Amino acid sequence: MAGLIAKKIGMTSIFDESGKNIACTIIEAGPCIVTQLKTFEKDGYKAVQLGFGQKKIKNINKAKLGHLKKSKTKNLNKLVEFNFDNEPELGSELKVDLFNVGDYVTVIGNSKGKGFQGVVKRHGFAGVGDATHGQHNRMRAPGSIGAASYPAKVFKGMRMAGQMGNQRVKVENLEVLNIDIEKNIIVVKGAVPGFNNSFILIEK
Amino acid sequence: MNLVDKISNELIETKNHPNFKAGDNITVYYKIKEGNKERIQFFKGDVLQIKGKKATQTFTIRKISNNVGVERVFPMNSPMIDKIEVNKVGKVRRARIFYLRGLTGKKARIKEFKK
Repeated sequence: MAGLIAKKIGMTSIFDESGKNIACTIIEAGPCIVTQLKTFEKDGYKAVQLGFGQKKIKNINKAKLGHLKKSKTKNLNKLVEFNFDNEPELGSELKVDLFNVGDYVTVIGNSKGKGFQGVVKRHGFAGVGDATHGQHNRMRAPGSIGAASYPAKVFKGMRMAGQMGNQRVKVENLEVLNIDIEKNIIVVKGAVPGFNNSFILIEK
Repeated sequence: MNLVDKISNELIETKNHPNFKAGDNITVYYKIKEGNKERIQFFKGDVLQIKGKKATQTFTIRKISNNVGVERVFPMNSPMIDKIEVNKVGKVRRARIFYLRGLTGKKARIKEFKK
């Protein structure tokens, strides 16, 4: 899938033709520079590596600087591989005009971390309904996690407390509401995973 | 100004409504779509608060209808708003007059501002 590396700017709301107020996310997408073309013969798979953002040269390690030199680019921050149907040239610049208004796009990001959470928040368990009737300090407990002599074990994948959020999340079918090629801005309907100013990927 | 405000100001047409604030009595004429027809209805009441800034600003107005308090929130720049009329300028000390929700009858009146 063709795509771009982008930065989440923040959320706002706009009005559509029928006057409805729609929540939307503003994303700064690109311009991305093609830093490497991976081929089947050399790398074992086909991919287009794109670079986005700026970083001080003193903060980039030499291995990455050497890699960037090959495509005659300098201080790119983030490198990600995509699959393009029509392969762009090495060193060429890709912009938001990759997308059109009305397209449906997929956005991938790192969700906001919620820390170590119990089952009520993490998995939507109901908890214990009563605070009285002999109930004691078990309001948000998960309850039984398995039976005794059979199966005599806890099944794999049993939903329990643990780290919530801060993981890669993909949101599909977000409608493109607006595109500003000059400012590299794309406005997408609905929410997008992650904090403001965090890196995300937009795919067609 | 941050980028979110900048872009939402570009994408939303700001309207030139008359100035009003919390405590004012206003009439909002808004469009209603029924099938293909469009007609205009109005909602008259006291402004409880103005919330947000610029393009995405909203305001809440409250009226008493059949002894039941009714509140509505309108986006300031909604294309569905035809016009806004200011009937009375109220004299209140706060920017958000939620205390009005607990009052009824004569207590729920707002003094009119006179120069």
